Amino acid sequence: MIEAVFKPGGDAATALYIVAFSLFIIGIKQGTHPTTAKRGNLIAAAGMAVAVVTTLLLDGMGNWGLIVLGLGIGTAVGVIASIRVQMTEMPQMVALYNGVGGGAVALIAWSEIRHGISLGEDFSLDTLIPIIFAGVIGSVSFWGSNIAFAKLQDLIPTRPLAVPGQQVINAILVISIVTICVVLAVDHESPSQGLFVLLLVLAAILGNLVVLPIGGADMPVVISLLNAFTGLSAAAAGFALDNVALIVAGTLVGSSGTILTMEMATAMNRSVANILFSGFGGAPAGGAASGGEERPHISIGAQDAAIKLAYADSVVIVPGYGLAVAQAQHAIKEVADELEKRGVTVNYAIHPVAGRMPGHMNVLLAEADVPYEQLREMEDINPEMPRTSVAVVVGANDVTNPAAKNDPDSPIAGMPIIEVTEAQEVIVIKRSLSPGFAGIDNDLFYEPNTSMLFADAKQAAADIASEIGNL
Amino acid sequence: MSLMTEITIFVLAVFVGFEVISKVPTTLHTPLMSQTNAIHGIVMLGGLIVVGFANDGIEYVIGTIAIAFGTINIVGGFMVTDRMLGMFSRKPKPKAEGEKK
Repeated sequence: MIEAVFKPGGDAATALYIVAFSLFIIGIKQGTHPTTAKRGNLIAAAGMAVAVVTTLLLDGMGNWGLIVLGLGIGTAVGVIASIRVQMTEMPQMVALYNGVGGGAVALIAWSEIRHGISLGEDFSLDTLIPIIFAGVIGSVSFWGSNIAFAKLQDLIPTRPLAVPGQQVINAILVISIVTICVVLAVDHESPSQGLFVLLLVLAAILGNLVVLPIGGADMPVVISLLNAFTGLSAAAAGFALDNVALIVAGTLVGSSGTILTMEMATAMNRSVANILFSGFGGAPAGGAASGGEERPHISIGAQDAAIKLAYADSVVIVPGYGLAVAQAQHAIKEVADELEKRGVTVNYAIHPVAGRMPGHMNVLLAEADVPYEQLREMEDINPEMPRTSVAVVVGANDVTNPAAKNDPDSPIAGMPIIEVTEAQEVIVIKRSLSPGFAGIDNDLFYEPNTSMLFADAKQAAADIASEIGNL
Repeated sequence: MSLMTEITIFVLAVFVGFEVISKVPTTLHTPLMSQTNAIHGIVMLGGLIVVGFANDGIEYVIGTIAIAFGTINIVGGFMVTDRMLGMFSRKPKPKAEGEKK
């Protein structure tokens, strides 16, 4: 078969692994600008090819049939998934990739333990601790990501699902996991495989229970956190296997996930612990109470909206998850095209947690050919709001609620928002006055300069575009 | 490699990771995530080593699944990132200019 050329752990193999992780770093670095990011992705992929080929050429590799089988199945699934997935479904896809990545690490950790025991090896703590860590984090990420995927795909309800006595059960699970880890570490010269498998199972249950109570709008944080976890588990596997490529690549992924998690949490003005351990939707009482009375609001049709927009100087479009659900990105772009033909300046204001994952809205709008220069960040666009003629809110809710700024008692108090109320006029395209994810009424809807257009986002945008065309 | 060498590499990689990734603009955060998914697929090397040196049935099964999982990450991750970045680098400008004229 293939001639083995590298000694496992030898200098030649390690040198090539160093080449591989250098290419990863260069690749990510090129990803800091939209025009170079595509090339950066190819550079990172080349790094991966170097790492994989090096490993295949290690001296003593065998069982080629199984290796080809695994590679074949993985390639087939990966190719089909990446071609078929729609841009609105990216959060699910990333959740799934987090999951299989974590699952792979947990399985590798398990077989390392098995292999060592069957050879009668003494495990040093240097090896055993990373294996345990990789197993636990890998298993938590696998199951947590599967639940996140199921929620995003609407296979299970996206609302927070609370198990009675949740906190107590979680605490017991964590204590049991830590205890087993200690027992395994103390007995490190001959660890019990049964205990290790029990550890994986308990970590699996914990992964399920931690993600189940988390609601849809908190998904950007959860996906980022699971991303960080899978990275750390890969780095731990690198420690166990003495492989620099795994250590560095895993750490890069871990850093990326950590940065994104922190940014998402800051954008919601909540701590990660608060998001994980106290369901936001736990405040439905407030939503129901304020939903009882109908407050006065202005309702308009597509034609009125078209007139307001067509005679504006500048328009800022504020997209939210509703845009993704309605698949309205192309229709919105048509509205923007019609407006630009009339000389109206159009920008898009993207809140960091709009959608279900970091950058979700940006990808949808890029799919609809919106130039990335028009995709503006919250801090960047807010100072321009007072000079904006019309702000159009499409499928966004809580991220525009002025209560976050004005009402210190609001559940979302202190959350940075897109300050649409500062614009001269606001048009909100929404199906009803129903509250958003936080379960609170949006004061924006009742502002004197706000007009509500009750419709499906895609239909409304298509109607507005044709009305503007007819003016 | 000694444990301390590995920890040194890890700590330096943390600093490099934070430095490089904090410069990625929010616009590109979704492709960043799918690209890091792909890079995470490097765990597939662990699967290759497990299967390549395996000597019992369960290890064959576990290792092969790990290889398949890791390969899904690598192939799917890089390909979908490429697809997304293609949307960002597409230049709709000529069309817009044509309309202005």
